[in-house]
Amino acid sequence: MIMSVTLLSSGMPIVSVDNLTKNFGDIAAVKGISFSVQAGEIFAFLGPNGAGKTTTIKMLTTLLKPTSGEIRVNGFDPRVDQDNVRKSFGIVFQDPSTDDELTAWENLELHGILYGVPTKLRRDRMSELMEMVGLMDRMHDLVKHFSGGMKRRLEIARGLLHHPKILFLDEPTIGLDPQTRNHLWSYVTDLNKKENITVFLTTHYMEEADKVATRIAVIDHGTIVASGTSDELKTQTKTQTLEDAFLALTGSTIRDESASAIDNMRIHSRMFRKR
Amino acid sequence: MQTIYILWLRQIKRYLRSKSRIVGSLGQPILFLFALGFGFGPIYAKANGGNYIMFLAPGVIAMSILFTAIFSGIEIIWDRQFGFLKETLVAPVSRITIMIGRTLGGATVAMIQGLIVFAICFVAGFRPESLAMVPVAFVFMFLIALLFTALGTAIASVLTDFQGFQLIMNFLVMPLFFLSGALFPLENAPKILSIIAAVDPLSYGVDGLRGSLTGIVHFGLFQDFLILSVITALCMWVGSWLFSRIQA
Ligand SMILES: Nc1ncnc2c1ncn2[C@@H]1O[C@H](COP(=O)(O)OP(=O)(O)OP(=O)(O)O)[C@@H](O)[C@H]1O
Ligand SMILES: [Mg+2]
Repeated sequence: MIMSVTLLSSGMPIVSVDNLTKNFGDIAAVKGISFSVQAGEIFAFLGPNGAGKTTTIKMLTTLLKPTSGEIRVNGFDPRVDQDNVRKSFGIVFQDPSTDDELTAWENLELHGILYGVPTKLRRDRMSELMEMVGLMDRMHDLVKHFSGGMKRRLEIARGLLHHPKILFLDEPTIGLDPQTRNHLWSYVTDLNKKENITVFLTTHYMEEADKVATRIAVIDHGTIVASGTSDELKTQTKTQTLEDAFLALTGSTIRDESASAIDNMRIHSRMFRKR
Repeated sequence: MQTIYILWLRQIKRYLRSKSRIVGSLGQPILFLFALGFGFGPIYAKANGGNYIMFLAPGVIAMSILFTAIFSGIEIIWDRQFGFLKETLVAPVSRITIMIGRTLGGATVAMIQGLIVFAICFVAGFRPESLAMVPVAFVFMFLIALLFTALGTAIASVLTDFQGFQLIMNFLVMPLFFLSGALFPLENAPKILSIIAAVDPLSYGVDGLRGSLTGIVHFGLFQDFLILSVITALCMWVGSWLFSRIQA
């Protein structure tokens, strides 16, 4: 606890991004964004479809090489110090990432071992998390027989199995029922308080961001258009709810073709996987 | 170490759970064994080659290992499409370790497949020359398995989808097999064919396997072992490097 206070008061950012850019051929997905996240924060990264959220997270988590710009995650550069960056975070991906040919339990076991969670602790947490996401009686079933929502729950449980310094949650609640969403957020805020885990999340549910985030950045077309606490954003846009603030900041037009094309692809690939 | 083990185990479990894959991949070697073995057998014997099944069996065993191994390596493309690859790519273990775990797993699967085909050959009438040399044959089988799983992994690390897959099959895997001396003796082969066979790594695998099982050897067992080991190490190294550069 004392540790966390010093970290907070010294204001050392645990994630910092400076002039970060990513181009995919002609598409500029991220256009020179800069921001930082303080240790112990719950930071929400909000933006319409195709805004560049996932691309940014991929660059922070060593999955993509930036076109240009500087990144520090827990003090390390994901471009050169990949191993140390990877030791610093955990992630729940937006897209499916479980092994369908293994059981739920085996997926967790594999993750726990990859992340070096000691056996006893691993088993305890596995049971606890399976209980939380309501998969206890299905844990020895192959994941390919799961429904979409059940797969999502498994991904969540897996993402929380080891307790990293920074937890990235890329639209974790997509496809989840309200009960599970509530469980998830109370578990995450608990982790954040008890173990001072920094949370970096994206979501399209504004009320979730409003409830859990200590600070919010809004990204649109690869550029950060506003940042601050939920209240600051509401004041700035003279609106009553975060949703209205979000719409005021990003406009109410539906996102352009290129973005919707990739979303359609995602939806299709997800339908395909469910079969 | 535990990481290597769990990734190895994953490959084995996936293999054992796909019964159709096991059965399906036995069709080809059986076809080769029966159609070629019994079809060409009489001609081969007339040409004073001896028993063709004795000659062919090691080639067919090598073939089944080659195909299974390449497929195991290529499995990375599936993992990429189904998303699981990301999970291993962000894990706090070196990519080399991941590559080793996967490759050992894939090679073990290919080895099991090779052993099954070995048994089928036995049923078809194949008998090893000396029992004492069978363990040596197993060493060669495992080297072939390791080499081509690593090669498959290396290839899959640069392919992002299945577009290039057909190309690889037709212009790499098939030639590797047909030009390796698995089906015909290299002894009296035309010059050009024997030169090609000499640069085909599978030739040394087939030769080592055939040498240890039947005593018929072209390059020499020690040379086979040496060349196979060097190329396997090289493939592992290149594969690890390519694998470590994967983005998602
Ligand atoms: N691999 C890729 N190749 C080409 N373009 C890409 C690739 N990945 C993302 N993009 C493009 O980059 C832009 C940002 O995509 P990104 O996935 O980061 O959006 P997002 O903010 O996460 O959106 P969503 O809310 O839909 O998840 C989009 O225009 C998308 O088409
Ligand atoms: Mg996204």
